[in-house]
Amino acid sequence: MKRTVITVVGKDKIGIIAKICTYLANNSINILDISQTIIQDFFNMMMIVDTSKAPKTFDEIADELDQIGAEIGVVVKAQREEIFNKMHRI
Amino acid sequence: MINMHEVIETNKMIEQENLDVRTITLGINLLDCAGSDLSEVNQKIFDKITTVAKDLVAAGNRIQREYGIPIVNKRIAVTPISLIGASCCRTVEDYVSIAETLDRAAHAVGVNFIGGYSALVNKAMTAADELLIKSIPKALSSTERVCSSVNVGSTKTGIDMNAVKLLGEIILETAELTKDNDSIGCAKLVVFCNAPDDNPFMAGAFHGITEGDAVINVGVSGPGVVKKALESVRGADFETLCETIKRTAFKITRVGQLVAQEASKLLNVPFGIVDLSLAPTPAVGDSVAEILQEIGLEYPGAPGTTAALALLNDQVKKGGVMASSFVGGLSGAFIPVSEDQGMINAVEAGALTLEKLEAMTCVCSVGLDMIAIPGDTKASTISGIIADEMAIGMVNQKTTAVRIIPVNGKTVGDTVEFGGLLGHAPIMRVNGFSCENFINRGGRIPAPIHSFKN
Repeated sequence: MKRTVITVVGKDKIGIIAKICTYLANNSINILDISQTIIQDFFNMMMIVDTSKAPKTFDEIADELDQIGAEIGVVVKAQREEIFNKMHRI
Repeated sequence: MINMHEVIETNKMIEQENLDVRTITLGINLLDCAGSDLSEVNQKIFDKITTVAKDLVAAGNRIQREYGIPIVNKRIAVTPISLIGASCCRTVEDYVSIAETLDRAAHAVGVNFIGGYSALVNKAMTAADELLIKSIPKALSSTERVCSSVNVGSTKTGIDMNAVKLLGEIILETAELTKDNDSIGCAKLVVFCNAPDDNPFMAGAFHGITEGDAVINVGVSGPGVVKKALESVRGADFETLCETIKRTAFKITRVGQLVAQEASKLLNVPFGIVDLSLAPTPAVGDSVAEILQEIGLEYPGAPGTTAALALLNDQVKKGGVMASSFVGGLSGAFIPVSEDQGMINAVEAGALTLEKLEAMTCVCSVGLDMIAIPGDTKASTISGIIADEMAIGMVNQKTTAVRIIPVNGKTVGDTVEFGGLLGHAPIMRVNGFSCENFINRGGRIPAPIHSFKN
């Protein structure tokens, strides 16, 4: 399994999750975990996804998520999960 | 599974607190390029570097992309060139031609620095070593990316004072030859005692002769992260302070370990070490001086600075050493002046002097680093400053270094602008009393008594 963490940060509005999830579904990316909160009107979301069945490369996925973020007006970042595991788990 | 709080913490370190991997440095052995024909040697050096390092920059960029962590520099360190040129270089110009080859190779693979235009003369200089040292001013003024270092002493061998004397003159000559660029050549020349074989940081990186054919060494950084963490324990006792530094250093180093392993895998080159250094940059919030201020000093240089730095250096090592399978290089807190806005402020406020910096180098990880001094400083005075710093390293069994820039045509009160990561610096006052008779003695200082451990 190739796990990637997707974070979305920006001003809250309708349809952020819908847009991101539609993209993931269309690209055979499975969502394993999702959490979301609003901090002072700011939308914060984190997803852990499995990209092993996705036909696209990490670069393409990261670029396209970046574009979708720009369209909605939020910042979308994709990072491989290991950096978080390495830092926070022994 | 990782939670949102942890993801936000990591990304805050990267986005707001300047957490980065300062350098992925690929060490390349050039011993197999040696030969008796200079042009053949130059060709072999160029071919080997551009073959082994061809994917280095791409690998660094890929890691940066996939993990979202900036990899600031991709660099190369090679076997000390005095050894490679020994059998084919008869003149200063011969050695300079190798420097130019290194520069071409660095441009070809896209790295911003290549280190290893070096000589190891801990005890004495061979004819080849001396020739290389004499070629340094020309080599550094005729190339852009080549970095040079000379190891002039060690705890085991003592200090080669002939080399120390020569280097005072060489540093002045380098300053003269690069005077149109504020003597920047000197920023690419480090004089060491106890130089590590696996240091990934420039300008002092070289591929030690004890190393394998190629190796990946990674230097992490993150003074901003430590500073931010310490803001949350203002006024707390030393135990709390130390625990906080350790915990932060651990997290930073884990990222370095991950990047090192990944780079090693991508390039199919063995992983050497992680250098757990706090390396500042001129950017605001990326400063070791600011950590010292957060610990409780008005400015670095105030009484208490050496103790605060000792504590910081030690806790960084204690936290970091558990986070990586191999730790090496310089590992600790760097205290360069021009590369750290907080240090520059301290000098300008009159809080920090060259003498206090020297005291601080007894407990930091390197030495007198990126210090601009008046251009009319005498060669023997520069040699005296080097000798003092080498003695600290020799007696304390630690690495010490001098990277000092006598800025041609400038004096105390002036400022010098190096640009980029090298930053800018006020010219610092140097003690004007003479040490000429001391430096002119020649020979070497014997190894200290506690080096005899057999």
